[in-house]
Amino acid sequence: MTAPTTTAPPADDREPVRPKDDPFDRDALPAAPGATGALLRSLLAPMRARVAVVAVLLLLQQAAVQAGPLLVAYAIDSAVPAFQDGRHGPLIAVAVGYALCASVSGILQYAFIRASARVNQDVLLDLRGRIFRHAQALSVDFHERYTSGRLISRSTTDVESLRELLDEGLQELITVILSFVYISAMLLWLDMGLGAVAVASFVPLYLLVRLYRRRAARIYSVRSTAIAAVIVKFVETMNGIRPVRAFRRERVNDDDFRVLNRHHERANGDAILEMARYVVGSRLVANTAVAGIVLWGAYRVADGSLALGVLAAAVLYLRRLYDPIDRLGMFLNSYQSAAASLEKIAGLLAQVPSVPEPAKPRSLPVQESEHPGREVVFEDVRFAYRTGGEVLPRFSLTLPAGQTVAVVGSTGAGKSTLAKLLARFYDPSDGRVLLDGVDLRELAVPELRRGVVMVTQESFLFSGTVAENIAIGRPDATREEIEQAAKAIGAHDFITALPDGYDTDVRKRGGRISAGQRQLVAFARALLADPAVLILDEATSSLDIPGERAVQRAMSTVLRGRTAVVIAHRLSTVEIADRVLVMADGRIVEDGSPDRLIAGSGEFAELHKAWRESLA
Amino acid sequence: MSTTVANPASEPHDRSAVRTLLRLWPFVRPVRARLFTAAFVAVLASCTGLVFPLVLKWMVDGPVADRDPRGVWLGALYLLLLGFAEALLFGLRRWLVARPLAGVEAEMRAVLYGHLQRLPVAFHDRWASGQLLSRGTTDLMLLRMFLAFPLTFLLVNAATIAVGMTIMLIQEWTLGLMLLVPAVPVVIMCSVFERRYARVARLAQDQVGDLTTVVEESVLGIRIIKGFGRHRSQARAFRELSRTLRGTELRKARLLATIWAVIVTLPELAIGAALTWGAIQVADGSLSPGTLVAVLSTALALRWPVDSIGFLLAMSQEAATATERYFEVLDELPESTETEKESVPRTTAPGTGDAPPPGDSNGLRFHDVRFRYPDAPADAAPVLDRIDLHIRSGETMALVGATGSGKTTLTALVPRLHEATAGRITLDGEDITAMPRERLRSLVSVAFEEPTLFSATVADNVLMGAPADAGERELERALSVAQADFAHSLPQGSGTQVGEQGLSLSGGQRQRLALARAVVGRPRFLVLDDPLSALDVHTEALVEAALRQVLADTTALVVAHRPSTVLLADRVAVLSGGRITAVGTHQELLRTNPEYAHLMSGTESEDR
Repeated sequence: MTAPTTTAPPADDREPVRPKDDPFDRDALPAAPGATGALLRSLLAPMRARVAVVAVLLLLQQAAVQAGPLLVAYAIDSAVPAFQDGRHGPLIAVAVGYALCASVSGILQYAFIRASARVNQDVLLDLRGRIFRHAQALSVDFHERYTSGRLISRSTTDVESLRELLDEGLQELITVILSFVYISAMLLWLDMGLGAVAVASFVPLYLLVRLYRRRAARIYSVRSTAIAAVIVKFVETMNGIRPVRAFRRERVNDDDFRVLNRHHERANGDAILEMARYVVGSRLVANTAVAGIVLWGAYRVADGSLALGVLAAAVLYLRRLYDPIDRLGMFLNSYQSAAASLEKIAGLLAQVPSVPEPAKPRSLPVQESEHPGREVVFEDVRFAYRTGGEVLPRFSLTLPAGQTVAVVGSTGAGKSTLAKLLARFYDPSDGRVLLDGVDLRELAVPELRRGVVMVTQESFLFSGTVAENIAIGRPDATREEIEQAAKAIGAHDFITALPDGYDTDVRKRGGRISAGQRQLVAFARALLADPAVLILDEATSSLDIPGERAVQRAMSTVLRGRTAVVIAHRLSTVEIADRVLVMADGRIVEDGSPDRLIAGSGEFAELHKAWRESLA
Repeated sequence: MSTTVANPASEPHDRSAVRTLLRLWPFVRPVRARLFTAAFVAVLASCTGLVFPLVLKWMVDGPVADRDPRGVWLGALYLLLLGFAEALLFGLRRWLVARPLAGVEAEMRAVLYGHLQRLPVAFHDRWASGQLLSRGTTDLMLLRMFLAFPLTFLLVNAATIAVGMTIMLIQEWTLGLMLLVPAVPVVIMCSVFERRYARVARLAQDQVGDLTTVVEESVLGIRIIKGFGRHRSQARAFRELSRTLRGTELRKARLLATIWAVIVTLPELAIGAALTWGAIQVADGSLSPGTLVAVLSTALALRWPVDSIGFLLAMSQEAATATERYFEVLDELPESTETEKESVPRTTAPGTGDAPPPGDSNGLRFHDVRFRYPDAPADAAPVLDRIDLHIRSGETMALVGATGSGKTTLTALVPRLHEATAGRITLDGEDITAMPRERLRSLVSVAFEEPTLFSATVADNVLMGAPADAGERELERALSVAQADFAHSLPQGSGTQVGEQGLSLSGGQRQRLALARAVVGRPRFLVLDDPLSALDVHTEALVEAALRQVLADTTALVVAHRPSTVLLADRVAVLSGGRITAVGTHQELLRTNPEYAHLMSGTESEDR
């Protein structure tokens, strides 16, 4: 597989449902070329000054470290003869100088590690936050297509590989480059000829590095795709452990997992082998160069044109020169995997939220009446998926403030899409959705959610206490208000029966909460949020009848006067509605008060008849 | 140590890193030959590096001093050969371990995955999948790195340092001794460091796990977060956790910085001292210049082995923590190794055989069953208490009760997703604890309240409920029973990918596929947990009609919230306060049981 950015995004795919080459089928989303570099730069830019400090620290530290062999040369060539002449000064200077260099390099090392850790951690903090916030800002339709496993691996393993690059790689790289520069300069200064040979050896080394880089890039891209597949399988199994168990999927899963795991294993092995080849190559070049330089140097010492101390210093330097080559490989390693990861992160960050927050938000008009509800208008609204399938043909609809509207119809009739448009999970393809005359697209999120709240049949609970889960509706609510909401919805009794009542951790011992109870928690949440418009999308599906009644009671008491849109399969819910919309194939086919529709001969009348019969 | 980690694992206690790491042995064992060979090769390679200075000394004191060009050539040739040997040996080492170590990592991951799949459901209720995932990925990568580098190089470096020291001592024992001195404080500092670093490393790893959990929840709960406009507060929570992690990482860095400073400074000071002392001796004429050069370049060659001890120990420490976290999960007992009950006499009925026993014991029967979650406090009331219920062969029993009365828990006991705390459950007289789970679960088919589809085709998702030889016919039948014919109009029909990595389906569609999955294998026993909750009235009526035929000859337990679902059943059992309080037909119970009437109509019964 080639790196995902090099494959062009699908140009003009007209397939209506799901284009064959959907970028969402791949692990990485396409990002503009250069996006990865731009991302890295934008992460480091705010820390320019601190990066400079870190660089200076490293510069000084390397200078202190590299002074050692120079002192050795001076000791052998000057201090020893001076000592023999009875002058102790030079040797004392060597001793003091060496001790000084050692201490200074230790202190600088300490300062450098701490300073660079700060920079690294801040970069990671920034990046983690960006991924998280961006993922949260992306709209629901994105999340419906991009799997949770991939998102999770973006913010875990991919960030982790950048951490490795920063923690180990970057310091390594700078050290390597600095010591190359320092040592080459020293060698050239000590002896032009020896220095030139050392510098010449950089050419084959550079070629080796380039070759390795190119080959490793491919392997790392494969590897990171492979691990993402492993993660997706892993998460899916753990989250669906009940059906896995009940349908005896363990063995089949083991086999599937082994296949994915093997892919990753192979890529992993390839990466290590590639590294091995590089290490052998670079060591061969380096050791040949050392042998060559020693040969020439020794030859010249033998004929007296080179001082012994200089040769000793040169040899000591050479060892240091070529030592970090392996580590350069390690850097390239972490660089490759970080680059692959960053590319995926950049691809994710390049996704534009299809439901963006307004640049210049407007606020809702102040309500004059004591009625908390607001008027909803769908104005010439049409909705189609970006891939082409039209879900709702153009329609207009007005829901007066305070009206309770039931929406019925079979699965796929477009009920949920209608609800999602009103909740601004989607934006209409054409037309506008207005809340008291204001386009939903012009409302900032807090304002929007004071206006419209949607409760779905999903009963996900966040880790934390029951009270905290309810308080999602309004984080500043007092305990009393939380309990009020729970009481109003009939959830108080079961909550107080939990081991720690409202403070029961839903993920801890005794915190098991049934699906019906979860839905009650979701309702309490909505009640607490106290919105002007409440949307219930199949929100009572797991409730028993008394639970449903409690919800209906709450709607006619606590939520009285709110505009409500209720999507329900249960016609019992419809009984409290002022108005019923019947949908079929994306169109509203019947519209009227329940009594009128029941009396008529339409689809709703039939449904209602069937339902009454089921109660008998 | 106080941690704020929301992690069910116990606090890290005093433990030896070495003992923890030894637990990896069973996984390493299959590749031990290669690993040991590689270590040996690495020691060899490292030692060839130490021969360099000796050749150099020979050159300086011999041919160079004697002005013998041929000797210089010979010396250079030796150096070249040594260089080649070193390069090839290092390459050989890597080649030896590359595939085996990737294999060890993969094997450990596969074992973890397989083990997790078999741990009791109660375990999964307790552990966030983020915590499990970080054990299966980050921790295992750390372990592979540990096996590849620190493990080998701690050995190699120790050997190199020992050989190098010996060489220096032989060359000139005074200089050797001077260079040996800093080893003592360095070793002491390292062991102090090791302990402190371990604690911080563990903390950091757990915090990464917590962060993963937040990420996961914010993705899974995205609709709630969006629905209430809470992404900012969620981001705040995330930021707080990631800041805490940053703090921990900085503490790690501080420890590292200290140890590095020590490791860099002390040996360098010793080299400085040795240089001065050596220079004096050379001036005296009691030491040859070649020896001084050799000792110094040997000392220099030992710098990396000494320098790297710090980070090798740090990596080992992290590896020990990772091992601990890994085995924390692996040490949990899987379902199948829990002690099976002593094989109870299969039935009390006479004339046992494979024929369904007559009379009382046929069908699905609960005998005095009690259930309390294993992790519930001991004084808590059991969720289910003294449940006695008999579903006759071929009968459909509806289970009705208030929200949270334990209906789902009761159904989970039948396929042994949870184990009854006391009492027995029998299928046609056979105690379910006496039969292998495999068989039990092939007898009993379940449709869950929350329908989960896996990343596979529609056909695969449905057929996973059937014996391996089931084909197109069974699939069609199941889809039509569940009214899931929409599958045919999907882009690739029943071959369309669904689940995490495929097309997302609506709740009602998923529920119908889950139902198809439950009925496809024509199971003898069927457990349906509110199987029609997400269906619209129209579809519900169609499913009911088709389901009636399936239920006619199946022994079934159906959790019901609605009269329409109850009507599928022959009889109804009312679950209240953890007990079955009434059993009867729908009409009977409506008349005689006020609680039932309340549950079915939502109004308080008038005749109360």
